[in-house]
Amino acid sequence: MAAPQVITPAQRWHPQLLRLATLVVLGLAWETASRFNSTLNLAMPSLLMIAKALFAILFDGKFYQHLGITLWQVVASMVVGGLAGVGLGLWGGLKRRFGQAIEPYVYYLAPTPKIIILPVLILMFGVGSGSKIAMGALSCFFPILLSTLAGVWQINPVLIRVGRSFHLSNRQMLTLVYLPAVMRPVITGVRLGLGMAITGVLLSQIRLSNAGLGFLAISAFQTFQVADMYAILILVFALAALANAGVASVERRLGG
Amino acid sequence: MKAWLHRPALWVLPFLVLGLAAQEAGVRLGFIPQVMIAAPTAILGKMPMLVAEEELLERIGLTFGLTFAAAALAILAGVPVGWALHRFRLLNRAYESWFVGLGAAPLILLYPLFLVMFGRNLFTITLMGFMVAVIPVVLKTREGMDGVRPVLIAVGKSFKLSGLRLFWKVQFPAAVPVIFTGIRLGLIVSLINIVALEFLVNIGGLGRLINDLAERFETAAMYGAIGFVVAISVTFFVLTERIELWLRPK
Repeated sequence: MAAPQVITPAQRWHPQLLRLATLVVLGLAWETASRFNSTLNLAMPSLLMIAKALFAILFDGKFYQHLGITLWQVVASMVVGGLAGVGLGLWGGLKRRFGQAIEPYVYYLAPTPKIIILPVLILMFGVGSGSKIAMGALSCFFPILLSTLAGVWQINPVLIRVGRSFHLSNRQMLTLVYLPAVMRPVITGVRLGLGMAITGVLLSQIRLSNAGLGFLAISAFQTFQVADMYAILILVFALAALANAGVASVERRLGG
Repeated sequence: MKAWLHRPALWVLPFLVLGLAAQEAGVRLGFIPQVMIAAPTAILGKMPMLVAEEELLERIGLTFGLTFAAAALAILAGVPVGWALHRFRLLNRAYESWFVGLGAAPLILLYPLFLVMFGRNLFTITLMGFMVAVIPVVLKTREGMDGVRPVLIAVGKSFKLSGLRLFWKVQFPAAVPVIFTGIRLGLIVSLINIVALEFLVNIGGLGRLINDLAERFETAAMYGAIGFVVAISVTFFVLTERIELWLRPK
């Protein structure tokens, strides 16, 4: 048996110093390019300007209105796409033939670029929140469905036999055996789907909208408010990372 | 008949045909507005127009050209970086989490930033394709190199191979199946991002075609183009998956 690898305090510190040094070098390179090249300055405003824009946006009430709209659209799309994905995943997992019939289609359609369907969604649901929610729902549906389907198929058969031996009804089997057993894969699917829903909603807002963080970012781009655009994108990435970390902590609590 | 029974995926086809027939009937009888959903026969009827007037084949060539260019850049940059992460553990401990984080981040949302920096052109699209493709190539190269069996390296050393020759003759060939998994993932995410950007920025091949047709309210042709992009993405996915299986050690 191999001896466990011992990491000394020095070895623990070196990677952190390297990361810090990298950030400092990147920051200095950015600042130099911004200050000493007038052409690059247009595309790369100084870090101080970006920081100022960030604080101005954070203290502007309008930002929170757009944030609220984006959050509402992401949550609604997760509810629609998540319920459809979990429902179909459970159904396909329990009715194995049905699951086997749909699985290849879902598996191969999952990695197609969903944003190209936006014109169809706009025709069906209009230019308002409906088409953004539909795009988010479509984006998160596939990972949640695939994860749930795999989760049901991987349930320990002993659990199912125990449930049957207690003569549980179908409803009791669902609530007492299947749902608790698939909770972890469902949460994993939700974590993957959440990132896709956020991307789907924001891309639809960027493409055609008059509200939401995607709209705010593209408006800043179109009006040459480049520092504002950087600040909004930083906030969008921070929020996406925060949401991902939140779901990941639930996943870990469930034994991930 | 038996093959039909043993392949549940084929059972979906009759339902698919029924659905398309319902769509055709719904549109023809006026239950479904034509501006919203086109009849399947009208979509099929637009295919010759898409090929002849909308230069479908040239657009496919352009989109795949951009995808392969992005993937080639990702291989050129990603394999050496992945090797460096394997060879120098300090680099791996410092940067692996960055690569993993970037792989999960919605990088496509950075496209306005890239437009500001590099302009609205095909180079920007390729660069964004490269940016998402390089991450799986780096991570899988490192994983492939880490997974080379020590016995193979010992055999190489017993033949007095060292440094670059050990890498080319032993380590790299042994890691190729895993590295290809990274290249395949890179190709797929690159294709998805490039088509999406072509659509969003209205430049390039297949994505731009869908945007053009949508803006001209050519609903049937737009459905045809979307169906075509989905079909081509699935085919590309299946083909690269087959190559990956073929490369995997039996």
